[in-house]
Amino acid sequence: MMLAADAPLRRFAGDFVKSPLAVAAALGLLAIILMAVFAGAVAPQNPYNLAEIDILDGSLEPGQEGFTGFTFWLGSDEQGRDMLSAMIYGLRISLFVSFVAVSSAVLVGMTLGLLAAWRGGWIETVIMRTVDIQLSFPALLVALLLLAALGKGVDKVIIALILVQWAYFARTVRAAALVEIKKDYVMAARAAALPERRILFGHVLPNVMPPVLVIATVQVANAIAIEASLSFLGVGVPITEPSLGLLIANGFDYLLSGRYWISFYPGVALLVTLVCINVVGDHVRDILNPRLQR
Amino acid sequence: MLAYLIRRLSQALLVMAVMATIVFFGLYAVGNPVDLLINPEADLAEQEATIRRLGLDKPVHVQFGYFLGGLVQGDLGTSFVHNRPALELILSRLPATLELAFLGILIAIVLGIPLGMIAGLRPDAPSSKLIMAGSVIGFSTPNFWQGLMLIMLFAVFLGWLPAGGRGDTVDVLGIPVSFLTWDGLSHLILPAVNVAIFKMSLVIRLTRAGTSEVALQDYVKYARARGLSPTRVVGVHILKNILIPVVTVLGLETGNVIAFAVVTETVFAWPGIGKLLIDSIGLLDRPVVVAYLMLTVFLFVMINLVVDIAYSILDPRVRIRGAKA
Amino acid sequence: MSTPVLSVRGLTTTFDTRAGTVTAVDGVSFDVGPGEVLGVVGESGSGKTITGFSVLGLIDPPGKIAAGEVLLNGRDLRTLPEAEMHRLRGDRIAMIFQDPMMTLNPVLRIDTQMIETIRAHRDVSRARAREMAAEALALVGIPSPVERLRTYPHEMSGGMRQRVVIAIALMLEPDLIIADEPTTALDVTIQSQILSEMQRLLAQRNTALIWITHDLTVVAGLADRVAVMYAGRIVETGPVDDLLDRPAHPYTQGLIASIPSAVPRGTRLVPIRGMTPSLVNLPPGCAFAPRCPHASNTCRAARPDEQARGHGRALRCFHPLETTP
Repeated sequence: MMLAADAPLRRFAGDFVKSPLAVAAALGLLAIILMAVFAGAVAPQNPYNLAEIDILDGSLEPGQEGFTGFTFWLGSDEQGRDMLSAMIYGLRISLFVSFVAVSSAVLVGMTLGLLAAWRGGWIETVIMRTVDIQLSFPALLVALLLLAALGKGVDKVIIALILVQWAYFARTVRAAALVEIKKDYVMAARAAALPERRILFGHVLPNVMPPVLVIATVQVANAIAIEASLSFLGVGVPITEPSLGLLIANGFDYLLSGRYWISFYPGVALLVTLVCINVVGDHVRDILNPRLQR
Repeated sequence: MLAYLIRRLSQALLVMAVMATIVFFGLYAVGNPVDLLINPEADLAEQEATIRRLGLDKPVHVQFGYFLGGLVQGDLGTSFVHNRPALELILSRLPATLELAFLGILIAIVLGIPLGMIAGLRPDAPSSKLIMAGSVIGFSTPNFWQGLMLIMLFAVFLGWLPAGGRGDTVDVLGIPVSFLTWDGLSHLILPAVNVAIFKMSLVIRLTRAGTSEVALQDYVKYARARGLSPTRVVGVHILKNILIPVVTVLGLETGNVIAFAVVTETVFAWPGIGKLLIDSIGLLDRPVVVAYLMLTVFLFVMINLVVDIAYSILDPRVRIRGAKA
Repeated sequence: MSTPVLSVRGLTTTFDTRAGTVTAVDGVSFDVGPGEVLGVVGESGSGKTITGFSVLGLIDPPGKIAAGEVLLNGRDLRTLPEAEMHRLRGDRIAMIFQDPMMTLNPVLRIDTQMIETIRAHRDVSRARAREMAAEALALVGIPSPVERLRTYPHEMSGGMRQRVVIAIALMLEPDLIIADEPTTALDVTIQSQILSEMQRLLAQRNTALIWITHDLTVVAGLADRVAVMYAGRIVETGPVDDLLDRPAHPYTQGLIASIPSAVPRGTRLVPIRGMTPSLVNLPPGCAFAPRCPHASNTCRAARPDEQARGHGRALRCFHPLETTP
């Protein structure tokens, strides 16, 4: 697979652009990420600057103009906050939480997975049994109970997400690393007593990266969904830093009186983000899956 | 088969014991069990009485013994809020959750398997592409928001179905069920659909993957070469082979459905154990949370066991391996 | 020879692939009379298996039968509606596949698979069908057939499974059996057992047999006539003894020369040089030319047509080997 350093990458890119749907999803995802990163510049309003919002603009329907002449394209909430702006800021929090959580989970899971594969013995047994038990329980439930114990907060949500996600990576990395370790060149390198670090990071790690990438994409989507669910259930991010999930939860009360937009648009944003990630993830998996390369 | 059952049962017991240990010491790790297990509103004398009754003045290993003893007898403490044994409280809510979960899974299977097979048998047909697009969206839609949208559409705008609650129930063998009354059923439909949509996407994906793989097997071509009707080839030879992975995953997902019912129950104010859990977390009713945890662990272990047995019935190859091992 | 059971004329089967259209079977014609055994010999990729499936009309997209006639007792199967083909398959034409491990559905018992075949073609009761199945198993030498019916395929050995498949093929007394490498996956001892069993069973009835194989030695002992296929075409046909003694096509000669037992002890085996050509980029001339020791410019420029040579022999070659017929 690794004939030349950049050949697989180029072939991967070549395969990827063959699907217009995946390209569209990737571009959409890029736009979403850029929007979240530059929320301050993109959003029409800073929804958390009290000087910018006016309670008189509360509960405006999408497209209505407020007293200050500001048009609320996606409506406003009870406090007169522009929903579009609130969504862009909410997106930032959702993405921040999931990216930080998943990259930490990758690090933790990869380290433990490599350790298990490399050392074997009781270390492997302990790590893998923990993984098995953990994965037999749904992530949302584990995170919910963890947060019930830890309390609310962005940092706590991230910790809970890392704790529920590391196991996926540990399992994947161990499986991939075991295959790699049994190959002749690693055996040879071990026999030649090359430094362990060089074998692991130079040879084994590059080969476990493709499956880790696939899982990581899916897990980012999962993390976003779990965070949103937790916030909706009232154990996630605090009200001062509302993610998309919390925005939806806040709109729940107004839904029954017909003010649908407060919940509807943040949900659409969440859905579009998740669909984009899942489409890209599916496609990456299909390309990397040798069984489908007929 | 008997040896296999005994082995699996003892494994299940082991997992239960491990989880009980984790929960017990988890309680210690998180904080003082006195704070966690005793109603903070109780007066000092009452607190001391409870401490003595729960044995909280004893060393940890003795307390662990009490905890396990209580567990075996089904005593998981008393709810501060409801003033009822926590386990009894949860069990009284369990039928509602199970009804919701099973109806959701039933809808997912009944619709998902045929749709997945269509998509797997003719992957390039427009209908198949539509099915797969639908499944990606169903897979990606956050469950709670989907529930809100169902309420918005069917309860608020169209006014066809109620937005929440359980409605009238009828007792069957002493267990209240909703699906036998029209009012109960109308309350049940939206939450069940909400549970079903996500699972259905999963079933469609699994079935499609299984179908397109099984359809290429020699035994399918051989079945056709024997002149069997397409209905029999698809409905027996292909279906029975894809059922194995689908049932396995779905069975394991039953636990997930029960856990995810937390979300659906919250959205639809469905009085099941998930709603109880969220309420208890909000009200700091720890004994109920602990009892919920132990009950879900038990359910999960049991579900895994049942799935393994179902698996061995469906796949004769496993049965033999299991018996020999 | 009496009226042929099966008469194939100009059969052409193509596959549309990304690299272009591949002609897997190219203008193949042959006859099989009642009770006659036709050996179809060729390397893998020569189109012999596709020929078998084409006769049964079991070519799946992207493949299609592009041209030709398949006459079974004078009726052109290509013009028959699909429902009529279902009735024929397994009843008038039975097929035996290469790998008995893959042929029988792993999750269905032997009796299920036998009874469904009988009841797809005969209006008999389940009990009667079971009797018929047991009789068929007894016929192919399976001990205690009634008990065997209740087993799953994986509980049998490979040889036993192939006997079951042969029993299914013979069960409804078809006019024609197409056997695709039925003994290749078996041990040599089992292979010869099955071969002699087949000979015995075929001698009793008047069933025509097409035996597809890559192994000339199997054909030598079993077939009446041989058709040698190369790159989708039949390059030489003739009565088995005559053709093996006096091969006229260089490819046939090459095949014979590479059989260890066919050449006198001490002589070197002569492998055929080169590899089977890819069907995507066939040379414009004779497909065998690049590997042929006798190839001339004529061979590389044009494809040889079929020429009858008397004694029931025919071949496609510009430079037939001079052997006295």
